[in-house]
Amino acid sequence: MITVYVNGTARQLADDCNITRLVDELGYSGKRIAIECNADIVPRSLYAQHILHDSDRLEIVGAVGGG
Amino acid sequence: MNDHLIIAGKSYSSRLLVGTGKYKDFAETRTALDASGAEIVTVAIRRTNLGQNPNEPSLLDAVPPSKFTYLPNTAGCYTADDAVRTLRLARELLDGHSLVKLEVLGDPQSLYPNVIETLSAAKTLVSEGFQVMVYTSDDPIIAKQLEDIGCVAIMPLASLIGSGMGILNPWNLQLIMDRVKVPVIVDAGVGTASDAAIAMELGCAGVLMNTAIAGAKDPVLMASAMKMATAAGRAAYLAGRMPKKLYSASPSSPTAGIIASVRS
Repeated sequence: MITVYVNGTARQLADDCNITRLVDELGYSGKRIAIECNADIVPRSLYAQHILHDSDRLEIVGAVGGG
Repeated sequence: MNDHLIIAGKSYSSRLLVGTGKYKDFAETRTALDASGAEIVTVAIRRTNLGQNPNEPSLLDAVPPSKFTYLPNTAGCYTADDAVRTLRLARELLDGHSLVKLEVLGDPQSLYPNVIETLSAAKTLVSEGFQVMVYTSDDPIIAKQLEDIGCVAIMPLASLIGSGMGILNPWNLQLIMDRVKVPVIVDAGVGTASDAAIAMELGCAGVLMNTAIAGAKDPVLMASAMKMATAAGRAAYLAGRMPKKLYSASPSSPTAGIIASVRS
């Protein structure tokens, strides 16, 4: 198991988990989101090949109302 | 009349840009946006709420990006770095959309822009191909520097964000408009319809507001008032107002042919 931080919250994942699987576990498949891993953008097209590592810090964002 | 607002080569028929925050629900947001006639709407980029049901209605359903031009902002960012990261996320989120609103704040009490961080973020974003509409102070020198960097619109505050204090320094807005060629859009401080009209009469290319509409007792009615005020102010600017003169009386009715006075 590895521990990653999603939006600041620790989350246990299986070894060799990719971002597609994480997105699926979070219920975000098909949702309009954007993901940054360790301060770098991960393009949607690379979710499947992006393997997560222990201590990775992910930011998952969406659009909300704002001025 | 063909009088469109042109930003980064794209034409918009409305000169009113509005925010999507602070409404009571998404339905009210949409009704107010429709009443305002705005085509460009600002949105914020925030962490998804991990505990929340992912199928709950979202802003994107109520305000579809296919119908409105999204202007993702960097509200809440206090460093150039955070602002740049936020807009890279926005571009990924919105399928490569590059028109953005940059704002880097100085402190949480005033929300006054930190122009040093703003200049730095603008340089990075322009070099990465973003089309940057930039919120800034009403300093004409900084405004010119932001234009020189390549920002596509300069958006000075008229007074503090969310204050509703109106156009506090029209002369500085004039100095900015005298110096920059890209559209100057008043962003922040508008409180009511006359403020929007004043900004437009000064010659601003547009006005951007959120709280003035969302914070009104009847946001939808205020949205329509803002639409009319923006259009009225623009028309007055194009018409060219009469010169102000304190005396030099010039009656509108003929001075000849007045009946004789009976008093001697």
